[in-house]
Amino acid sequence: MNRRTVTALATVAGAALLLPGCTGTGGSAKGADAKAPDDPSKVSGTITVLTVRTDLVQDGTMKRYAAEFNKTYPKVKVEFQALTNYEAEIKIRMNTDDYGDVLLIPAVIKKNDYPKFFASLGTAAERGKKYRFTDFTTVDGKVYGQSPVGVMPGFVYNKRVWHEAGVTEWPTTPAEFLADLKAIKAKTDAIPYYTNFAAQWPLTSWTYVDGSVHCDPQATTKLAEDDPWAENSDLRVGDTLLYDIVQQGLAEKDPTTSNWEESKPRTTKGEIATQWLGTWAVIQFQDAAKKAGVNPDDIGFMPFPARTDGTFCATVGPDYNQAVNVHSPHKEAARAWIDWFTDRSGYDKDNLAISPLKDAALPEVLKPYEEAGVKLIELDDAAGAKVKLIDDESEVGIYKPEYRQDLIDLARGAKKGSLDDFLAGLGKKWTETQANVSD
Amino acid sequence: MALPHPHPPAHRTGQRNSEAATPVQKRLAPAPAPRRARTWRLLTPWLFLLAPLALLITFTYAPIANMVAYSFTDWDGVSPELHYTGTENYTEIFTREDLFQVFWVSGYYLVASVIQIVAALYFATVLSFSIRFRNFFKGVLFFPSLVNGVAIGFVFLYFFQDGGTFDTVLGLFGYHTDHAWLGTPASANVSLAGVSIWRYLGMNFVLFLGAIQSIPGELYEAAELDGADRRHQFRHIILPGIKPVLTLTVILSVSGSLSAFEIPYIMTGGATGTETFVIQTVKLAFQFNKTGLASAAAVVLLLIILLVTWVQRRLVPDDRVDLV
Repeated sequence: MNRRTVTALATVAGAALLLPGCTGTGGSAKGADAKAPDDPSKVSGTITVLTVRTDLVQDGTMKRYAAEFNKTYPKVKVEFQALTNYEAEIKIRMNTDDYGDVLLIPAVIKKNDYPKFFASLGTAAERGKKYRFTDFTTVDGKVYGQSPVGVMPGFVYNKRVWHEAGVTEWPTTPAEFLADLKAIKAKTDAIPYYTNFAAQWPLTSWTYVDGSVHCDPQATTKLAEDDPWAENSDLRVGDTLLYDIVQQGLAEKDPTTSNWEESKPRTTKGEIATQWLGTWAVIQFQDAAKKAGVNPDDIGFMPFPARTDGTFCATVGPDYNQAVNVHSPHKEAARAWIDWFTDRSGYDKDNLAISPLKDAALPEVLKPYEEAGVKLIELDDAAGAKVKLIDDESEVGIYKPEYRQDLIDLARGAKKGSLDDFLAGLGKKWTETQANVSD
Repeated sequence: MALPHPHPPAHRTGQRNSEAATPVQKRLAPAPAPRRARTWRLLTPWLFLLAPLALLITFTYAPIANMVAYSFTDWDGVSPELHYTGTENYTEIFTREDLFQVFWVSGYYLVASVIQIVAALYFATVLSFSIRFRNFFKGVLFFPSLVNGVAIGFVFLYFFQDGGTFDTVLGLFGYHTDHAWLGTPASANVSLAGVSIWRYLGMNFVLFLGAIQSIPGELYEAAELDGADRRHQFRHIILPGIKPVLTLTVILSVSGSLSAFEIPYIMTGGATGTETFVIQTVKLAFQFNKTGLASAAAVVLLLIILLVTWVQRRLVPDDRVDLV
């Protein structure tokens, strides 16, 4: 047991060492612009692109994108750095000036600090005409990042299993959804729902039910102003559904030892019927199906079981936003990469994702959405920064896994208490903090 | 080991020699550059210490100083702005009950460390006598200490899985359980503490073994002639002989229990009531971006451990061992 102190001290020590570097950042270069180059053949320089896609860097896909990019921008050399634990590593690196030329905006950076860390890509008015999600990175009218893909939360499910259970229509209410899961449990061998409790982060996607339950583009603003767990609010509906799934024994038997990587092939093989994730997961599940030698077309995607005025709603949001380091000596080249990667790389199509371009068509996997007339909405993110502040300050963690782990523990009886008290407690912490936070 | 000095006379002789030499030196050579020589003589040990001291200061004391400095601010870990908030963080730590509740989890690890020390002591004693396959068993016991902690965490996740290794092994003995080992707070903590015993037993074992083997063999022979059996030998030779190492191990175990981190963090991430104080601190710092508050928590933990160590030292003074 004696090594632990050492480890703990080393961690804290490592973080603290960076003090001298941290306080000096920003300031000087604040407010710089990364302008789009006028003449592609003249831009030059070597740029480092940070990414979370370790897999794409390893299998050479990113290199192929870079080669394609070089056809238009012959003098720019693109190098990639894939970070496995992106949020933790980038946080430490951002205490220095050296955090690549193009990077993904980490969640830890406060929105108001964007101008200190990133170069502006243009005004919101101008970019908003062409791109989706601009207000997610807009500070004082200027845009600081652009996501190359849009994502939509939803249930990834095995169509074959659902059919075997006799369900052919998407459930339209949480109660119907539960009934369908029960049918799956009764008629098939599959685990109706898989929580991915141990991997933790999949639980955070339950926060993204926000907006789709009541089809409200102002859902984020409501989080900032009201109790997110008030009666019939979006998060309460979502969390109650998760609670009921677990409480009625429709989830895996032992969530504490669930396994994310293993859950992919198991879902494709029909051992698991459903998981709440997002559009981004579909391609991964299809790959897993190919590897397991089963039909990738069995993987389906469905919206949250709630309808407003007779139609389903789904929220489209940005994935990680790409930004230009404000200290980068090659801002033009970096900007060129972001523009090219967003507009012309085909990265969105390769990932079956929603294009960030306003006029692009939906990916193939969302065909059923078009047929069912699902309404796609974009949440207004004006209060997004305040929500994050309240979230951190209150330690509730709607974007963190803990409270949903507690919720599941509560549902399966490993923790004492009632759902109402639990959600009321969260709401109390949240609303008490609301008053003390100014954005 | 604080055994009696082997050659005390040699030491004394040396001293006498130098005493004799000094007056002669003074008379013959009136020291051409005595001051410079003396400076060099004073400086030499520090020159040797330069590298280790630089490392120690850079990687131990400077960070701790920084940490203490952060603990008085509201820094979020990345923002260029940080404000001095006085003792606010410390007030928060001592006024928020939930921050201290996690120390109850350490109780599981404390109990585990008692078991661990007793087991390590037993194995070390048995294996210090000549028995068959002695080296093999030593290897088996020490092996887990060589494995990376992260790997151990993952291995044991499979081990405790529903229908995993543990259930299979129990099944071999006809004991079929349907128990989710990491499923309830008590069971999860016991399981994690068990893994921690498995992980750190080897380390304690090696320490004890080293201490036991430094006890001169004649003592056992003499004891045997006097009719002492193994139990007497343990009670009157081994136990007093390794007392300093035993005290050290206890101190390390207690502080280790208070700051348990690696195994619960990797295996459960602190879910289902397995959160320890260090996990909580890490979450405060890296999840809720309260680096200031987390630093204060780390300082408090450091002080608690220093306090516990000090109390232990007062209770069990580090007296000299004299077997002969």
